[in-house]
Amino acid sequence: MTDSPRRPMPGTPSHKKARLDALASTAAPSGSSGGSAGGGVATAVSDAGRVASGEGVSLWMSAWRRLRRDWVFLFGAAIVVLFIVLAVVAPLIAPHDPATRVLIDQVNRQTNPVPGPQPGHPLGADYQGRDVLSRLMVGARQTLLVGVLATLGGLLGGMTLGTLAGAFGGWVDSVVMRVVDVLLSIPSLLMAFSIAAMFRSPSQWTVILAIAIVQVPVFARLLRGSMLAQRHSDHVLAARALGVRKGPIVFRHMLPNAMGPVIVQATLVLATAIIDAAALSFLGLGNPDDRSPEWGQMLGNAQPYFDSHPHLAVYPALCIIVVALGFTLVGESLRESLDPKSRR
Amino acid sequence: MSTPLLEVDDLSVRFTRQGQEPFTAVDKVTFNVAPGEVVGLVGESGCGKSVTSLAIMRLLARRGNQVTGSVRFAGTELLTLPDAAMRDKRGAELAMIFQDPLSSLNPVVPIGVQVSEVITRHRGENRAVAARQAAEMLDKVGIPDPTRRLKEYPHQLSGGMRQRALIAMALACEPRLLIADEPTTALDVTIQAQILALLTDLVEQSGTALIMITHDLGVVAGLCDGVNVLYGGRIVERAKRHPLFAEPRHPYTGGLLGSIPRLDGDRDARLFPIRGSVADNIPWDHACAFAPRCHQEGEKCRTVAPDLLPDEEARTDGGLRLLRCHYPLTAADRQRIEEGRA
Repeated sequence: MTDSPRRPMPGTPSHKKARLDALASTAAPSGSSGGSAGGGVATAVSDAGRVASGEGVSLWMSAWRRLRRDWVFLFGAAIVVLFIVLAVVAPLIAPHDPATRVLIDQVNRQTNPVPGPQPGHPLGADYQGRDVLSRLMVGARQTLLVGVLATLGGLLGGMTLGTLAGAFGGWVDSVVMRVVDVLLSIPSLLMAFSIAAMFRSPSQWTVILAIAIVQVPVFARLLRGSMLAQRHSDHVLAARALGVRKGPIVFRHMLPNAMGPVIVQATLVLATAIIDAAALSFLGLGNPDDRSPEWGQMLGNAQPYFDSHPHLAVYPALCIIVVALGFTLVGESLRESLDPKSRR
Repeated sequence: MSTPLLEVDDLSVRFTRQGQEPFTAVDKVTFNVAPGEVVGLVGESGCGKSVTSLAIMRLLARRGNQVTGSVRFAGTELLTLPDAAMRDKRGAELAMIFQDPLSSLNPVVPIGVQVSEVITRHRGENRAVAARQAAEMLDKVGIPDPTRRLKEYPHQLSGGMRQRALIAMALACEPRLLIADEPTTALDVTIQAQILALLTDLVEQSGTALIMITHDLGVVAGLCDGVNVLYGGRIVERAKRHPLFAEPRHPYTGGLLGSIPRLDGDRDARLFPIRGSVADNIPWDHACAFAPRCHQEGEKCRTVAPDLLPDEEARTDGGLRLLRCHYPLTAADRQRIEEGRA
């Protein structure tokens, strides 16, 4: 099983590269430890005199080996990395300051509300004369930040509840899960709106908090389910048969094995979190200060000009779609590579 | 026989699931295990072997399972012991290994951590010492290059290696009793032989008592001092190994032995199987549960439950021989089985 990812499928584009990798690893003196499970005793015996240098290959490592050759994953990861890099360097490479009204003198409320593309401003400017390209670039930062923090918040809350429910079972499980059921019964976007609207002054933090809370029950339910499955697994029984205490059983034997689907879900939630954040901003529940741009808020601001200047909405929408697609592709291929049934 | 290490007395397990008739999976099972002794629990799937062992280890969920009787380990009653004290005993004084070595190992933790975890847990050693002892233990169970194997994950080991790793975990703290629940079922025959040889060695060296749970009479023949044959949750026959194989008295034991193909026999010889399946049980209350499948069935079998009584009509080899049957196999019956095969 472990050596299968090393064996490239003939005809795939990665064929050549895989063959090179395989060659490289057999040539390297220490590289044989990982992929040579098929060698079994023979390898071990022939390597017996050698200093142990190879680390074991964990499930995640072997998943990574599969992912490296999965073009869906590579494509998704490329998109994600591209936007992350963009978000980091945006203030440095953006041609204009996103808050400066560079083309304000061209804006005329009656005849020309939105300045079109022109030299130095390839995507034109918005209704306040601010450069759209620069705003898109800097907006990546805000949007990704909200998506990542909201997902992390949801993950943390969901993990706490899910671990509690899955580890203790019984009435703790019942109480936690009923609360989760109630939260799940409210449509998620509606709940995000309600939570965001409860704060007197909306900011990006209220958006993050609202979306995080919406994600908590999803993570909690998922983790609780896979924790319960672990509870009755043979290796947990075996650990109990050796007298391992409750704490290590939960945190060493159950939780790490239950995390797979949760981590996959997190990458998928990142996409929805970004979309939800955009939706909140679109409805004016986001950061009211539009000097620091955010894609959803740009989308919202474009609404009055949609019939005459649709490009104002199209660009941020496209950015949202592409980033969400990137995260979704990564999540799906991660799920596939970790799923024991689709291995090999 | 020296004083027993483990005394199982009238151990019964009833499954009481809501909305279902309670089901007695283990019914007044009584047996002793002396230090250094290998005792076999034999029977088909579903006859209560594994439930017996889980009940001894107190690993059955409290809800839905009613365990009664008594299990004394070195004089201590295990069934009423507080949970924490029982946890301290598991792995340190009595340990257990399971059928499927892959699913019994934690897939995301290197085996070294899993072996040393038991050592740190029960001996309170620090991680470095525990890791060294774990390597020694892996070496002892015949895993080559143990320091490197410590860092490997279960899926990187072969099936035999995994079972060796599990045995290393179970024996890491030198328990006085080891329960092996079908330890060789998931392995192929050559590896089976190695694992059994390993278990025999370790048991002999350390004087560990071993309860061997199996449906494979070949394993029993090679390993066990005494054998308990279980059917429908009750012991139907107990004898030392040699007398049991030479002169099976219970029709069920006879049937199990008759179902084994022989290398030295005629190639066209038919096997003499037990008809029906375990599902054909009738309750023990007023009958013999085995009656519907029995070739010896007589008039009392469906009306009177047989008791487990000493049996002196057959070879005993100096051990106690017990039998639960109204119409035990005689030499003539065994002859008939032999001929039935031909």
